[in-house]
Amino acid sequence: MIKVVGVRRSFGQQEVLRGLDLEVASGEILVVIGRSGGGKSVLLKHLIGLLRPDSGHILVDDVDITRLGRNALDRIRERYGVVFQGGALFDSMSVYDNVAFPLREKTGLRAAEINQKVDEKLAQVGLEGMGAKNPAEISGGMRKRVAIARALVTEPEIVFFDEPTTGLDPILVNTIHHLIVELHRKFRFTAIVVSHEIPEIFQIADRVAMLHDGVIVDSGTPGAIQASPNPIVQHFIRGEVESVADR
Amino acid sequence: MTERASAAAQPLPVRVVGGLGAVTLDVVQALGRFGRFLIQALTYIVIPPIKVGRIVERIHFIGFRSLTIVILTGAFTGMVLGLQIFLVLSRFGSEAFLGPAVALSLIRELGPVLCALIVTGRAGSALTAELGIMKISEQIDALTVMALNPRRYLIAPPIVAGIVTFPLMVALFDVVGIFGAYLIASQLLGMSDGTYFGEMNTFVDIADVMTGFWKALSFGVIVTWVCTYKGYYCGHGAEGVARATTQAVVLSSVLILVWDYFMGSVLP
Repeated sequence: MIKVVGVRRSFGQQEVLRGLDLEVASGEILVVIGRSGGGKSVLLKHLIGLLRPDSGHILVDDVDITRLGRNALDRIRERYGVVFQGGALFDSMSVYDNVAFPLREKTGLRAAEINQKVDEKLAQVGLEGMGAKNPAEISGGMRKRVAIARALVTEPEIVFFDEPTTGLDPILVNTIHHLIVELHRKFRFTAIVVSHEIPEIFQIADRVAMLHDGVIVDSGTPGAIQASPNPIVQHFIRGEVESVADR
Repeated sequence: MTERASAAAQPLPVRVVGGLGAVTLDVVQALGRFGRFLIQALTYIVIPPIKVGRIVERIHFIGFRSLTIVILTGAFTGMVLGLQIFLVLSRFGSEAFLGPAVALSLIRELGPVLCALIVTGRAGSALTAELGIMKISEQIDALTVMALNPRRYLIAPPIVAGIVTFPLMVALFDVVGIFGAYLIASQLLGMSDGTYFGEMNTFVDIADVMTGFWKALSFGVIVTWVCTYKGYYCGHGAEGVARATTQAVVLSSVLILVWDYFMGSVLP
């Protein structure tokens, strides 16, 4: 279980997270929605330990990761899988080597076992036979799927998805969402998905949290969020146009 | 009242002193981070697991792929030296000293400095750009969240490669340069082989070779240290990478010249 308690974080004069509270139950898919620039990616970077808050706590199974040193934090990270917004695939490696990389570096598996696991993961994301390609030679949708395969190849307990469908066409958006649900059903990891794909994201979420101005303004099941009386939530999910003066 | 507004309300001398203090703190912090970066990288060089495959790949990238440009510049540097030094020596009737003059200039000074400057332009700039792109495309973050230390993977191997390849490249540069000058001396200026190489044997000793070696070794550390540092801490977007690459080449070049003077005044 992940618990975020009163997290504040400023960059210069700008306070991005303003005492944010959030809970993520084990095994659920939590989707964090909110406007661009609202702090979703900053929140994600705090959860994976790339940023430390100015104040507040982030508890992963009751361990406060904001207080941990590098080695202890790495032990927590070994339970993580992260799908970055742009994929963050290593340019210098093939698709196969990208997926095999965490296994080669973090496990004592033999080459044959690694080979089997990589082939299996590539097949699960629908990329069998694409291992020899370079990341630059494949489409954006394929890169996202390779990133998902790489994040899941070590069978992590907690998987973070940072806008996994940004920049993809509607069919690919649904394909990626379907893939996340399918893999979640199979491996039962805890998933935290940062997205603003409304309304498609409601189909995959167990719970949705709306981040606005550095705090979670509402959270609940997709149905509850869609019926939320909160005007900020309604404004966002309807995609209502606002004047620049409102911002 | 905001912090900026209250600062603006201060008398001018206080603002000047405050500004100087802020700049000094920034410089001291940056120097501290720069030094710590090298110390950490050197630590990862000696503490296992050592990434042998990455080191070999970086040796290939920095050393092997620079061979053509090193040979080319070494040959022409030697040829120009041969021609110019001969013209100077001929005014004093000392043409026989062409061999040692060329060899000493190359081995002690020009070989390490020119070779380092050329490799900075070819491999150092590429190192910075590569790391900068990895930074802005979140590849470094990806390594971090895999619980793998990016400095062990990305910083320590180029520094080891610099230590290994720079002395070898400088040795090659020196040899090619000496033969470039020999070509001019024997074919164009009519000097005999015995005069050119015989005097060289008399005047060049191991201390000169070691001076060049220590310079090459330290330039290898300086270039890879500066270029990886600038790439690792580059700013945002394409502009950030471009600025980091420029800064890496300029800073490396300046440090090479400054350090060369320091080494030249300390070493025998």
